Amino acid sequence: MKWNFDNERAIYSQIVEQIKLFIISGYYEKGSKLPSVRDLAEEAKVNPNTMQKALAELERQGLIYSNRTTGNFITDDENLIKNVKKEFADDKIREFISYMKNLGYDKQDTVKLLENYETGGNENE
Amino acid sequence: MNEIIFECKNLSKSYGLKPALKNINFNLKRGKIVGLLGPNGSGKTTLIKIANELLTPTSGEILIDGKNPGVDTKKIVSYLPDCISLPDWMNIRELITFYKGFYENFKEDKAYEMTKNLGIDVEAKLKTLSKGNKEKVQLILTMSRKADLYLLDEPMGGVDPATRDYILNTIIANYNENSTVVISTHLIADVEKVLDEVIFINNGEVVLQKTVDDIRSNNGMSVDALFREVFKC
Repeated sequence: MKWNFDNERAIYSQIVEQIKLFIISGYYEKGSKLPSVRDLAEEAKVNPNTMQKALAELERQGLIYSNRTTGNFITDDENLIKNVKKEFADDKIREFISYMKNLGYDKQDTVKLLENYETGGNENE
Repeated sequence: MNEIIFECKNLSKSYGLKPALKNINFNLKRGKIVGLLGPNGSGKTTLIKIANELLTPTSGEILIDGKNPGVDTKKIVSYLPDCISLPDWMNIRELITFYKGFYENFKEDKAYEMTKNLGIDVEAKLKTLSKGNKEKVQLILTMSRKADLYLLDEPMGGVDPATRDYILNTIIANYNENSTVVISTHLIADVEKVLDEVIFINNGEVVLQKTVDDIRSNNGMSVDALFREVFKC
């Protein structure tokens, strides 16, 4: 997976979001050790202090925990990971529904379109 | 060791009647990567030259770890000038030895590692290298010192994008909580993710000092976009 940043929002909050995505997608396995702050900063090409700030926020939210001598680890709390996944999904759905609304589809139409899309798209033409 | 590594106090500099810096005041803490950003002719290079004792202030002062620029500060400041200032008849190996003799904190291993990564032939004489490769050599020598303050005047102006990435990676990899890196540049989009804070300088005056994330959160735009707005021609 790759690091991607947009140009409008604070970098630290984008890092928080990306690491959450890495966790819920399984790219970072639960309970596993995170790379060091410096390595993560290098990989994402961001300021190490900003990376540290993002990790502190993730720790505050319980998604990672730090061990003074051995480094940072991903939580192994499956429920917590599931909740974050749900949040991400809800956000995307909200975005999608409002986009479809702008196109002139109400929720029902949108759901129908979605079902058709899943079953191949054009059999109910 | 002072927490403030760099401080400008009522700093002014005039070239004859022409003011280049007008009563500048700001300070920088250790452990930061700072962008000194401003259009051409705004005073960036003048400021950095005063910090390296190449120019003297008309009034006011610069303090580096609490001291005026001089022999003591040169031990802890690694400076990348805006033009090539090395003896160009030396080959790269000789230049590395030359720097090692000058600076106690020069790390020879690191210099050789960087020449290898950037594909610089250490047996080549500096004057036979292209403009971009000369800049790389100068940067390698500057970044191979373990300094408290790095003053980089346009480190990326003449090099290709792949080398810019390498330079930024070097700065990130080099980061430690005791040293501060000041990057003077107008290539903002390339550097802004690496910066803690930025100082905008215009017509010899500091017009803004803010963290990158504050600019993005409060203004809803990148530093690059803000710069284009503030300095619109």
